[in-house]
Amino acid sequence: MAKPAGEINAGSMADIAFLLLIFFLVTTTMDVETGIQRRLPPMPDENQQAEVEQINKRNIMVVLINSSDRLFAGGQEMHITMLKDKVKEFITNPANLPNMPEKRENDIEGFGPVMVSRAVVSLQNDRGTSYDAYIQVQNELVKAFNELRDDFSMQHFGKKYESLDEDQQRIVRDAVPMNLSEREPREVTTRRR
Amino acid sequence: MATFKTKTDKGLKPLSTASLPDIVFMLLFFFMISTSFRQTERVVSVKLPEATEIAKLDRKDLASYINIGTPIPAYQSQFGTEARIQLNDSFSTIDDIRDFIAASRESMSEADRPLMTVALKVDENVRMGIVTDVKQELRRCSALRIMYSTRRKAENTGF
Repeated sequence: MAKPAGEINAGSMADIAFLLLIFFLVTTTMDVETGIQRRLPPMPDENQQAEVEQINKRNIMVVLINSSDRLFAGGQEMHITMLKDKVKEFITNPANLPNMPEKRENDIEGFGPVMVSRAVVSLQNDRGTSYDAYIQVQNELVKAFNELRDDFSMQHFGKKYESLDEDQQRIVRDAVPMNLSEREPREVTTRRR
Repeated sequence: MATFKTKTDKGLKPLSTASLPDIVFMLLFFFMISTSFRQTERVVSVKLPEATEIAKLDRKDLASYINIGTPIPAYQSQFGTEARIQLNDSFSTIDDIRDFIAASRESMSEADRPLMTVALKVDENVRMGIVTDVKQELRRCSALRIMYSTRRKAENTGF
């Protein structure tokens, strides 16, 4: 009769596992990549003259950061804390003023007609603007649009934009489009000369 | 002769450590899943700006990173203190971005290529001029999905 095989000593297994664990702890990072996600406009074709989309003057709000990080929005200098409310007021145009953006009735698939603001926020910066100021302004602008989307979805779906399902999110996106344009930097350069 | 009665024969066995490897392996797997390897050695110092309206990058494997900042002190004698672009492990110029983007596209599968995101890790004190140049070059390479990497702003509790 064969001798029953003795148990393998597993005492050092813990040591080996600890060694691996420490190796992974040292060589890896856990930070989550976070940031403001944007989409750049595609480069216009060089052969064909870029058709400049004519936007009515009342629909454009110019947000300008100059080389000493001072902020001008809608023709007046302002502090960054005021920017968000200013932009929100501009987009919604609550009093339907004639010098503020017009709204157009859009039929959104799966929802129905909605008055969609045609406002465009145009962000301009100088080559000497600091990146920090630029990001702060981007952040405020994105925040303004996000809050408007939240308002809209609270009003119509009773939930925040983030907790809506995909189809509802699309409806909200169509109802509150993020029209944020960045001016061609070439013009900014010439401005500086 | 008096004999001491040892306690061992009463049955106090040593604590069983048989499940210790299991516990450690569990920790190990947790860290293996929740972390990623350090990408590259930084040759420029980058202090990211803070923002509140941030989104998480869904697919880290589809991101390529462009660092812009001042060279770290060890390289300052060689490269000065002017903001520089870092691609992969080395200092680069605007013209290298095209090859860099092409190389990152090449390394992805066909289906993932449109989802490629370029994460711009830019120091908060860098001037916009160089960032604008990089963005223009990215537009020319039609790498249009970008992300300005930022830190989460610490919530201020009282106004």
